[in-house]
Amino acid sequence: MKLMWFHLMPYTDLPEDFREANPSVWVDIPSSLFDPKRAHLMYNDFMDELEYAAEVGFDAICVNEHHSNGYGLMPSPNLIASALSRRTKDTAICVMGNSLALYNPPTRVAEEFAMIDVISGGRLIAGFPVGTPMDTCYAYGTNPSQLRQRYHEAHDLVIRAWTEKDTFAFNGRFNQQRYVNIWPRPIQQPHPPIWVPGGGSVETWRWCAEMNYVYCYLSYYGYKAGRATMDGFWAEMDRLGKDRNPYQAGFLQFIGVAESREQAFELYAEAAEYFYGRCLHVDPKWATPPGYTSEGSQRAGIESQVKQAADAGVRGKSTGERFASVARDMEGIVEKGYVIIGSPDEVAEQLREVATQLNVGHLMLLLQYGNMSKELTRYNTKLFAEQVMPQLKDLHASWTDHWWPQPMDADQRAEVPAYTPKLAAE
Amino acid sequence: MTTEPETSTVEVNGFPIRVWRKGTGPTIGFLAGFGGLPRWTPFLDELAQSRTVIVPSLPGFPGGDRGHTVLDSHLDWLLAIRQILDLAGLSGADLAGSSVGASMAAEVAALWPGTVGKLILIAPFGLYDETNPPADPWAQRGDAVPGLMCADPEIWKALKTPPEGANSIEWPIEQVRANEAAARIFWPLGNTRLEKRLHLIKAPNLLLWGENDKVMPLSYADLFAKGISGATTTRVIAGAGHLADLDKPVEVAGEIQAFLSAG
Repeated sequence: MKLMWFHLMPYTDLPEDFREANPSVWVDIPSSLFDPKRAHLMYNDFMDELEYAAEVGFDAICVNEHHSNGYGLMPSPNLIASALSRRTKDTAICVMGNSLALYNPPTRVAEEFAMIDVISGGRLIAGFPVGTPMDTCYAYGTNPSQLRQRYHEAHDLVIRAWTEKDTFAFNGRFNQQRYVNIWPRPIQQPHPPIWVPGGGSVETWRWCAEMNYVYCYLSYYGYKAGRATMDGFWAEMDRLGKDRNPYQAGFLQFIGVAESREQAFELYAEAAEYFYGRCLHVDPKWATPPGYTSEGSQRAGIESQVKQAADAGVRGKSTGERFASVARDMEGIVEKGYVIIGSPDEVAEQLREVATQLNVGHLMLLLQYGNMSKELTRYNTKLFAEQVMPQLKDLHASWTDHWWPQPMDADQRAEVPAYTPKLAAE
Repeated sequence: MTTEPETSTVEVNGFPIRVWRKGTGPTIGFLAGFGGLPRWTPFLDELAQSRTVIVPSLPGFPGGDRGHTVLDSHLDWLLAIRQILDLAGLSGADLAGSSVGASMAAEVAALWPGTVGKLILIAPFGLYDETNPPADPWAQRGDAVPGLMCADPEIWKALKTPPEGANSIEWPIEQVRANEAAARIFWPLGNTRLEKRLHLIKAPNLLLWGENDKVMPLSYADLFAKGISGATTTRVIAGAGHLADLDKPVEVAGEIQAFLSAG
């Protein structure tokens, strides 16, 4: 079982009346709310937290890409990943990921990921999301009717850029390059492991299955709502005659560990309510640019709505409907399983069930969320590492993780420069 | 009383394109606006009283299958539309269009002046005035769209409501596809740089604009009138929104008939 520590890097100073006073945390969030000097401290705290997670033994530290977003301060996760590569030794660096269609030319992704892979000595996990509607179509202006075609073409170009030995010309539908020949080349051969975060679309499940990529469901709505999506992925894998290797799947889960469930409820309520209340305040008008959702997925969505008209679950609803029906108080947040809280034993027991039922070998855990302080984040992370992690490591032991980075031998790798993470994190 | 038109199909780029035909008299083509035409409308019936009305779908719009998916550039779009017009028997005919369809009609008149008789444009897409930008039709809450497109939201809702016996799954997908096809041409600002080609339009033309257009500001009528070389008659349709042909079928058809019969 792999336990990965994920940071969204939320802006932690959104005002209390953010929901009432502003239409959206995303796309048109007022820049007047952004204080660069406060953000300086946030970035440094967040990077300390990621380094701390590596130090206490998480298998990977994860970053991701968002644009014009008040709960995701990483338009370029590669910048953070690059810094982390220099401050960690053996931990995998998971960039979850680069939205391929947004890079022009897409060989930029091949280059930057290769740089991180080389700097880190082969520790990169290369995430290839399509990207949300807010990030891709609105903040970046990509045509929703071409987004998926561009994504797939960019993928093909990046793979060729990583794997072909000679300079080649790429004659694509959207990208034409006479001379493709990236320097540097990735350490991991033929290329870093590719993970694909996606929603519940049949096309994405099938594509991951056929390409032998890891499928990740990065939902903010926890294991209860995520079950149907992961079941869908495994059903598609079965249909295609693929192994049910849990390491071909990743799943995101919010966590709050404390001495007891009551204490966890008390400790994490503010941060959770900040996240689900202020951060997940997205104007539904940004949710459905036409063409973003494939017609196959629309069809499946409408069919499932017709079949399960009474289903109160999340699947089959539009992004806009999801945002509108989110639980925003701690009772609801815990009840619906968005955040798993409890004593170390209770959290371990719930996560064993999640990992088993969803058949997931990579748990991507959010132990910092909303406006959680550095101290509380550190407490949550430490308690998890010391008392929860050991109870989970044996899970899925009979399977081999074919999708984990293969770094250079440790004795061949450069020394990490002298630094004092303990002091940095204090 | 609305009656159904004759329907035939032409094929462009391997995709079927529906062509409606109704009425008698000189031929006029019509290219539909944002959202397309999932059903025949009262405006087309009005026009068909004195004209042979031919309505080819645009690729990706209702009746246009998934033809938009192979159109990657503006040149691709214009060539597809030119072929559709030819195959529908509209070469040389008078041509009207609304909204996105009007933009395409203007393009055809600019690039191939010999193929368009008189030109009627109802609130075309294609220009972008920084001081008065058009509304973003693709960033709207679902319940805001009817009132954005029509002065009377019920007219848009009626147009988009599945008729008896329609496929309850495919119908809504077709409506989303129409919005996607428009996005494919006009995302993100609606600006296709049509401004550069307006001066090539030599055809006598009628410019119609809904008084209450909430998508394309009325001030754009001036930009078109100034840019087009051919003689322009501008008429504002009282009480109409962006899709004036839906809001005020009798008035819009009346203006068109008057324009076409005046020499």
